[in-house]
Amino acid sequence: MRNPPRPPASSEITPAKLYSRRREFIKSGALFVGTSATLGAGLTSLSSMGSADPPVKPPPLPPAPKGAVPWRIGKRGQFALGEAETSYQDITTYNNYYELGLSKSEPANLGFLIKPRPWTLRITGEVEQERSLDIDTLIRWFGLEERVYRMRCVEAWSMVIPWLGFPLADLLKKLAPTSRAKYVRFTTLLDPEQLPNQASHVLSWPYVEGLRIDEAMNPLAFLALGLYGAPLPGQNGAPLRLIVPWKYGFKGGKSLVEIRFQTDEPVTTWSQSAPSEYGFYANVNPRVDHPRWSQASERRIGELSRRKTLPFNGYAEQVADLYRGMDLARYF
Amino acid sequence: MAKSKLPWLVPATIAGALIPFASIAWRLSQHRLGANPIATALNQIGLLSLIFLCASLSCTPLKIASTWNWPLRVRRTLGLCAFFSVVLHFLVYLVFDQSLALGALLLDVLKRPFIALGFVALILLLPLALTSSRRAVAQLGFRRWQRIHRLAYLIGILGVLHFYLRVKADHTQPIVYGSVLAFGFMLRGAAALKKFRDMRLRASVHGVRSESA
Repeated sequence: MRNPPRPPASSEITPAKLYSRRREFIKSGALFVGTSATLGAGLTSLSSMGSADPPVKPPPLPPAPKGAVPWRIGKRGQFALGEAETSYQDITTYNNYYELGLSKSEPANLGFLIKPRPWTLRITGEVEQERSLDIDTLIRWFGLEERVYRMRCVEAWSMVIPWLGFPLADLLKKLAPTSRAKYVRFTTLLDPEQLPNQASHVLSWPYVEGLRIDEAMNPLAFLALGLYGAPLPGQNGAPLRLIVPWKYGFKGGKSLVEIRFQTDEPVTTWSQSAPSEYGFYANVNPRVDHPRWSQASERRIGELSRRKTLPFNGYAEQVADLYRGMDLARYF
Repeated sequence: MAKSKLPWLVPATIAGALIPFASIAWRLSQHRLGANPIATALNQIGLLSLIFLCASLSCTPLKIASTWNWPLRVRRTLGLCAFFSVVLHFLVYLVFDQSLALGALLLDVLKRPFIALGFVALILLLPLALTSSRRAVAQLGFRRWQRIHRLAYLIGILGVLHFYLRVKADHTQPIVYGSVLAFGFMLRGAAALKKFRDMRLRASVHGVRSESA
């Protein structure tokens, strides 16, 4: 004879009130999870718009180009700083190259679009002979020299970068500009296939920069073909860019296709876009603030606290004479 | 009925609002905020503040434009999220960006319009956060409470201007957030106008009646 199963103790019985609400609990739980996850994902993506995460792994050093001319570093150590160099990862993933994207990290993702060979640099204007040059010719003429320079961005951050290239003055002497050449204009590549954000109109393209001829002849002014011993990645201005270490970084035009000698001061891109904020000279000057932020200090990338910004980015000894008698608050 | 009370809504809003901050903290610990993590964190928290402000200010217009009541249930929560986000934005600026240099901060506030606007918005948010409880509504009386909380419109405008003035070349984002606010204000304005007309109409109807009586 089997006993009938014992009924559960009354204490184990789920109260009818809770039992009838079990679906409600499950439903509320699901709605809580779904809503918070959706809201969280939406907020996260909205708030990181315009500042996408940079690539996690450092990009590999590009191989030396297989040109006819050997990629060999000759001289080094000119204008040495004795300051720690910024990491290759940071130099190549934190870039302002608006033609490749407006965020700091987007250029690193799209830099590969720039095809550095074949490349033609046109020499035009007030010069003995207008001509086109390729990159190998430049390396053959001038060799490769390493220069470690401070780079001070107008946005109040800075880096220390080991560039590879040759002095701009070497090229200028070789080209023999005429006596009417008072300014040099530098023009960046115009090609929406390689520089996709040229489809947008945040600035007028191509990007144009310029120097007074005596500034361009200063031994510090440099044309870079590489950094950290390797060819420039696209986001840093492959295959050839201007470096003017005593000026804000935006003066250093990237991916140059034309150097033009002219009598008049070139109309430069940023000074045209916002004339009250960016001047033609754009010398690093802690005493002349950007209208919207202070230029007295800067954050060195990789450091936590700010540093004092130095006049002419610490190159006053080499360049202050160029501006003797000029009101630098007016010619900013 | 419990169903209409949406008991999960406010907790879910709070949990969802915490996710982007957790994401920033996690990416910071993984060195994934890039070469200038302080600037990235500052910018993202600033943008979050503006998103919360716009979201909170869009609750009433959303209720007007729809028949939903739930937007009003999260309005206060979103407003408080905006407040905490603005405070965090300010703290990152003060502690990490300026290394607690109070002199530099004061100079910045006085000399730079965009920083001044942000600072004023932070100050104006304080009374709103302090009077956000039901008890405060009861103590102040609804009319007075409402008048204080209309400051939120001004704070939203200040937030958009603060962002607009900070951007270097591409003004798309500040314009988008400004448009969201402007659209909300338009809906409120239209609803207020309608209410005013209805009231006048009713008054005139009453007036006619009393004359004929």
